[in-house]
Amino acid sequence: MCGIVGLLLKKREKRRDLGRLMTPMFTCMAERGPDSGGMAIFGQPVADGSRRFSLFTADRGYDWQGLLESFRQTFQGEAGDGKAASARIEPLSNHAVLVSSVEPSRLRGWLEDSVPSVHLLSVGRAIDLYKDMGFPNEIAERYRFAELTGSHCVGHTRMATESEVTPIHAHPFTAGEDFCLVHNGSLSNPYMLRRMLESQGIAFETDNDTEAACRFIEWRLAQADALDTALHHAFRKLDGFYTLLMATPDQITLVRDPFACKPAVVAETDEYVAISSEFRSLAHLPGIAEAHIFEPQPEKVYSWKV
Amino acid sequence: MEGVKPGIALDLSRMTLREVNDYLHHKIPEQKGGTVEILNPAGMHGIAVGLDAQASVHVRGHAGYYVAGMNKHASVTVHGNAGTGVAENIMSGTVRIKGNASTGAAASGQGGLVVIEGYASSRCGISMKGCDIVVGGNVGHVSGFMAQAGRLVVCGDAGAGLGDSLYEAVIYVRGKIHGLGADAREEPMTEADRASVAELLKKAGFEHEPGEFKRVASARTLYHWNAEHRGAYG
Amino acid sequence: MGKHEESFSFNRDIISYINYASEHGVYDIRGMGAKRSLPTFDDLIFLTASMSRYPLEGYREKCETKTVLGTRFAKKPIELEIPITIAGMSFGALSARAKEALGRAATAVGTSTTTGDGGMTPEERQSSKTLVYQCLPSRYGFNPDDLRKANAIEMVVGQGAKPGGGGMLLGQKISARVAGMRTLPEGIDQRSACRHPDWTGPDDLAIKIQELRELTDWEVPIYVKIGASRVYNDVKLAIKAGADVVVLDGMQGGTAATQQVFIEHAGIPTLPALRQAVEALAAMDMVGKVQLVISGGIRTGADAAKALAMGADAVSLGQGVLIALGCNSPHYLDKDNVPVDVTGDYEKLDTAPGFCHHCQSGKCPVGITTQDDDLQTRLTVDEGARRLRNYLSVLTLELTTLARACGKSNVHNLEREDLVALTVEAAAMAKLPLAGTEWIPGQGDHTSQGR
Repeated sequence: MCGIVGLLLKKREKRRDLGRLMTPMFTCMAERGPDSGGMAIFGQPVADGSRRFSLFTADRGYDWQGLLESFRQTFQGEAGDGKAASARIEPLSNHAVLVSSVEPSRLRGWLEDSVPSVHLLSVGRAIDLYKDMGFPNEIAERYRFAELTGSHCVGHTRMATESEVTPIHAHPFTAGEDFCLVHNGSLSNPYMLRRMLESQGIAFETDNDTEAACRFIEWRLAQADALDTALHHAFRKLDGFYTLLMATPDQITLVRDPFACKPAVVAETDEYVAISSEFRSLAHLPGIAEAHIFEPQPEKVYSWKV
Repeated sequence: MEGVKPGIALDLSRMTLREVNDYLHHKIPEQKGGTVEILNPAGMHGIAVGLDAQASVHVRGHAGYYVAGMNKHASVTVHGNAGTGVAENIMSGTVRIKGNASTGAAASGQGGLVVIEGYASSRCGISMKGCDIVVGGNVGHVSGFMAQAGRLVVCGDAGAGLGDSLYEAVIYVRGKIHGLGADAREEPMTEADRASVAELLKKAGFEHEPGEFKRVASARTLYHWNAEHRGAYG
Repeated sequence: MGKHEESFSFNRDIISYINYASEHGVYDIRGMGAKRSLPTFDDLIFLTASMSRYPLEGYREKCETKTVLGTRFAKKPIELEIPITIAGMSFGALSARAKEALGRAATAVGTSTTTGDGGMTPEERQSSKTLVYQCLPSRYGFNPDDLRKANAIEMVVGQGAKPGGGGMLLGQKISARVAGMRTLPEGIDQRSACRHPDWTGPDDLAIKIQELRELTDWEVPIYVKIGASRVYNDVKLAIKAGADVVVLDGMQGGTAATQQVFIEHAGIPTLPALRQAVEALAAMDMVGKVQLVISGGIRTGADAAKALAMGADAVSLGQGVLIALGCNSPHYLDKDNVPVDVTGDYEKLDTAPGFCHHCQSGKCPVGITTQDDDLQTRLTVDEGARRLRNYLSVLTLELTTLARACGKSNVHNLEREDLVALTVEAAAMAKLPLAGTEWIPGQGDHTSQGR
């Protein structure tokens, strides 16, 4: 069980405040989810052809420069167009963002084969993803959430249920590129979903029920469904209790299952849309006293565009 | 006026919830009444739970879960919204929400009156056991679920599954009913119903014609396990 | 094949079940717990004193039984004389006299009783010195006054007989008094919710527990009761949600009424449930900080001793207590203490002493699980209290006998290594070696911890 948070800033000039406004939301929800936490931020997209790769390792003193060197050496011989050379890395403790135009599946393969201690958390032109075990307040401090900027973010604090507490099991889950999902609740048929998706060739990294929801949507999107359509399929196939919050570079989307037992509250002003499991994590937001505050209806897709 | 106690302000940005509730549990009854302002609630949970005193409490802002839970005798007003389970298990007294209420408003309430001036979310009046609830706006799905006794008055619309598994509570709806739950049915309004609705609307301070309300009550077909109704248990 | 060969799969019980379903069109409802054969504590045995371990003298050399529950957050933890308590059983399921007898016996031996799905009766509060007040999905009779009179609060997520099911009481037991307490029309069949009305999931349970603490000024312990299912995860979540004490009820746990299909086909036996719960406590580093009470078919002092050795802080009894009061006895004692045979009344229920599980009928031949004015008189409070006191005393004596034989001056010093298993299933479920060997099935293989 968990806490979810989401924030979308409507005005470009306020994007520098994203982290500052979001961090108290995240740390407040630590009470619902003290075991691990994560945050996906959507910022300025990198150039076409290039990608941001969010990387995680357990070792807080990891040699990220060394990794970059090793990366450059591995992909040096690439068509002489300087792909590897132009890569750069933005390290912070046990997390780093590698920016490169190397094709994602090749980078993923290289990490799995040669650097198994480093995990790929997300791929995309706009998305950065942070997640780790531990008390969310500490995670926010370590990764300097308060300094992050961007147009929107989706975060999660976790109280572990049916799968283990490891960093990889923390939310947000990602699928494909520039897509992430967080979940509050408990799916009751995650294993049959997983088996169905695996038979469609979709690979899983964890046994977390949320990953089943995430990969289900990944599958529908890969079948060329729009996100709305994918979610209507999900309402039919997913069973159990779920509030799902998803993000792409253009929007954030929120849905609740038909029972709607897991909480969700939305606060909207001219400046932002803020989403949380509990109102108290929104109480600090500017203009909250005048905000339009409501709870999403069950089985309805709510989307806000950037 | 003689005997009126001066107002007391308890500021949750400076006091802990424990200190505030301790004051409400022990100091207020000693003073036999009076008015208490609770400032800066900021969505905190468990504010003013377990009151048992003839006091008037005003929560200035949005409250979290279970505000005024298990209330006895006191009059509590939340000048904002209320989270899950506002006035859950209320025994007596009045709880008024100026804004909107989240899920499970007045859950299992045994007596007293709960007024929600805005809308209430899903499961309003779930398991109610004798309290009265008046909602100025809409109520969400499965409201009145397993409602055993008491009256729920909805001035707006009611979501699907209204009164599912209803016992002896009665629900009055002025707006649209999006769907009735198992064993709930619409029945004609009687004089007594109109008088009931009039009384409750007056207490709530809403002006509507009682004649505009529909009555929803239990068909009582689930009162005994038997073969004819096995479909309803599925 | 001979002419008179009974089918193993389609035996008489199954034939009878299919008959009932065909005749009535609704499922069979009954009381008590799982009757099928299951691995139990009987499949474990103590390694008592020998050359290398010395026993304590009975009576002279003290074996302490004092037990404290709820040390984590409460100002006033529960202090018991013995680690054997009485489980939640409702007034409604049981008669008022039965509840009073339980209270008096518990007070006499220094332990606690627990209310059930109908609220607190004055008889029980007055007769029971230490009373645990349940908060159930139905919230029948739940109120802040009783909450504040309680010595502890037990938040019921589920029970072993029917994890995932709600309470049930049929019309014949919804007397005027029961109906009044539960705010139900007299004589109807009660339907109960299976989820709480104002919280779902451990994240929201944490907030609910805080509300109950605020209401009681953080004085009393909060227990969380779970029906044994996904025990390892559930115990961890209960601890994370703030439980002071976890009460775990295994498959053999009883009920006054539920669907037969639930009793026999849901929930895991008490033996593996206990082991998983202890592993969860250890994984959270909460051994000794959050206490564990195990229930579900605890019958003897040996069961209690083995449960403690496996890591429980206390055991809780339901069915055993009712049997002590006279459940399934062929007679009751009249006011002159003369036995009155009631075999005929069992026959009217299509059963016999030793086979009865018809608590749901309200026609308990010995007057325990009934609201009928006449039948209730068959249980004398004094006599019931006396018998239960005796039973609890014997359980305690057996517990200390075994503990002393293991060289323990305190029953809470019983440990897993004092036990071995007699069957492969019990060895696997309890993760204890098969007697005479060092083999624990599954150990050393890749077994997923605590699934």
